[in-house]
Amino acid sequence: MNAIGKSRFTWSSISRSYGIYFVLVAMIILSSVINPNFFSGENISNVTRQISVTTILAFGETILIICGLLDLSSGSVLALAGLLSVASYQATGSMALAFAVAIGVSMFCNYLNAIMVASFNTPAFIATLAMQAMARGCALLFSNGQNIYQIGNYTKVGQGSVGFIPIPLLFLVGFFLATWYILNNTRFGRALYAIGGNQEAAKASGINVNRTKIIAFLVNGLFVGIAGVLFMSRVNAGLPNGAINYEFQGLTSSIIGGTSFTGGIGTAGGTVVGSFIVGFLNNILNLANVNSYLQQIIRGAIIALAVIYDIWIKGRRTRSLVKSAAAR
Amino acid sequence: MDSYKLQVHHISKSFPGVLALDDISLAAQSGSVLVLCGENGAGKSTLMKIIDGIYQPDKGEILIDGKKVHVRSPIHARKLGISMIFQELNYIPELTVEENLFCGRLPVRAGRVDWKTVRKRTVELLERENLHYLPTMRMKDLTVSDIQMLEILKAISIEAGIIIMDEPTSAITQREIERLFSKIAELKARGTCIIYISHKMDEIFRIADDIAILRDGKVVESRPREELDIDKVISLMVGRKLDSNFPKRKIEIGEEALRVEKLTAPGVFRDIGFHVRTGEIVGFAGLMGAGRTEVMRAIFGLDRFTSGEIIIRGKRVRISSVKDSKAAKIAMLSEDRRRYGLISVRSVRENVSLSNLRQFIYGGRLHGAKETKFVSDICARLDVKTPSLSTAVEALSGGNQQKVVLGKWMLSEPDVLIMDEPTRGIDVGAKYEIYKLMGDLAAEKRALIMVSSELPELIGMCDRIYVMCKGEISGELARHEFTQEAIMRLAMGFEKRTEEAS
Repeated sequence: MNAIGKSRFTWSSISRSYGIYFVLVAMIILSSVINPNFFSGENISNVTRQISVTTILAFGETILIICGLLDLSSGSVLALAGLLSVASYQATGSMALAFAVAIGVSMFCNYLNAIMVASFNTPAFIATLAMQAMARGCALLFSNGQNIYQIGNYTKVGQGSVGFIPIPLLFLVGFFLATWYILNNTRFGRALYAIGGNQEAAKASGINVNRTKIIAFLVNGLFVGIAGVLFMSRVNAGLPNGAINYEFQGLTSSIIGGTSFTGGIGTAGGTVVGSFIVGFLNNILNLANVNSYLQQIIRGAIIALAVIYDIWIKGRRTRSLVKSAAAR
Repeated sequence: MDSYKLQVHHISKSFPGVLALDDISLAAQSGSVLVLCGENGAGKSTLMKIIDGIYQPDKGEILIDGKKVHVRSPIHARKLGISMIFQELNYIPELTVEENLFCGRLPVRAGRVDWKTVRKRTVELLERENLHYLPTMRMKDLTVSDIQMLEILKAISIEAGIIIMDEPTSAITQREIERLFSKIAELKARGTCIIYISHKMDEIFRIADDIAILRDGKVVESRPREELDIDKVISLMVGRKLDSNFPKRKIEIGEEALRVEKLTAPGVFRDIGFHVRTGEIVGFAGLMGAGRTEVMRAIFGLDRFTSGEIIIRGKRVRISSVKDSKAAKIAMLSEDRRRYGLISVRSVRENVSLSNLRQFIYGGRLHGAKETKFVSDICARLDVKTPSLSTAVEALSGGNQQKVVLGKWMLSEPDVLIMDEPTRGIDVGAKYEIYKLMGDLAAEKRALIMVSSELPELIGMCDRIYVMCKGEISGELARHEFTQEAIMRLAMGFEKRTEEAS
């Protein structure tokens, strides 16, 4: 006898799993009504370019948050990696080297994060906060606080297109697929969910907790490094002061996309949707000429609402569990 | 009746699924020691928590000096002159001695803490009780017995007429125990009413004036010490009904699967030696804190041990992590499945496959269809009741959660399966299914170890039982020697048996 029944598709289970997608669709419809220019190819492509960098950071954050970690250093590590990458491109003209430098620097910084967290038991919040200051300091020290201009063909990565598809969109799709694959189809992905869900139980199941955390940071490092190249290329300069607070934009996208800060829950799809929600929101507020200070307030309020909703849903689930257990 | 200091009348208390206390009535006099004893889970601690105001009773009343009181909270209990010393000492390591003594009731003058008064009263108290601590020493620098003494000092300092001590000697040495007992004698002479919870027979008979025995939430006997002896107390403690209804199967016992020799972790367990053979179910009995779980965790690679050997099928193996024990084909079901067994927010599928993902990986890719097939086979075999394999395990009942953990370890095809309290917190039907499954697993030539605090299930299911006491194996019993009394005597460290009983 098989005791496993069919999953019931109730409205509440659908809204719980896919609610965020409905929000995105509703937002697109509403925005199109508010401003007809919103749903034009040009505008959508613009938004995509704008959010590509923070979305890639958000994928990294999602991977880390699922495992019970986070990265507050991604904005400054991005700046350091991008800056050194621009400098090495200027010196050699090799784009391959530029990518290699960006990835290498960023992975090194994240390896240090990983060591602090895994080997010295520093909370990720503190370890990456320290790295945030150090990486930014390195970038400023290296450039003496000066921007690097005239970076030539370096800009092609961020500003070019393949046919009508902007290159950043290709990167975005690539990173989405990579994140989705990691989370759903690898042992490492399952280990991330297990550690974030219950580290003790993961350990008792034979999962190497420290190694998994180190790899999580290294993957994040890879993402941040490439995002660094995209960013510098888009802004057409090497900016040691660039991408300030980008880690928070990444975190915001990840959380609005349903990644739970208590760990163990989060998806690649949710993250990309969360990122588009943030991107479209900024876009429509601009198109509608909303005061930029007011925009900040609205963004903050939306983060608060997203988290309250997440906790409310969880509380309701627990309450219904208690009820059904009592009825049993 | 009015001469009693503390009386409880007809107290009942239930938690979801269990009746913890069933119509309890007890009385204790001033200047005397009432000892409460009973097996794990008999309801002693619940009763004390009700008297201390941590829990509220469903029914019944508490009387102090003949007057009915309603204890609303531990703070209220202090005001009523009730003080409680917990088994697990609770103190804040960074506090100083004087801060700890007056924690929660610091004298305040004009909105500021009156440190002068604190110091004065601390010194007075220490002098009166003949204790030599500096008021400014930090708690973390003191030994366990010092802290124990300070807890008692704290109890005295609030002029408590009633002091409850929950297994106060479980963490202190013999010399310190003597100190505690002389303090208790002093307190008695001053007219304090002491309620003392203990498992240790020698202590019980040394300090008790009256002894009350609890079993399954009821008072089975309450008498002056003179009318009881050790044998009587033990038989009253264990007199639970033996259910003959266990699905014990006759299974041929094969060769040795696991042997442990002289396993030692200082301060936790020492010189542990035992063996399990294929097809055999070996039980581990003992009181709480006897070290059973700790031994199993060490064998499973979760905790360290300093010396000793683990031998699998005649070969020595080195185990320092779960990876090693998995390779040696050992699996362990933890006693605390929520903490060590389950990733509650994740699905049944992910939980079952978690420790065996390797077998579903092809070229780095997780083969989802194969995983689903294996997991659903196991779940069908264990009869896990779940809406789907994608349901989060937190949505399942306790029994089904336990089956999910079991399924996880069955997937790894273990030769030795350690089950620590496999039926804790699950309903009768699910318990029976787990017992049946244990028989099936043994029939598949696996060796099973069952750690349990429920004597009837050990007696019903095991072929042999090792009993542990204070970190050592105090005896081994063969099936024909199983009685609740025999196990309990060994568990309380009454007689040491070393002869082989195979």
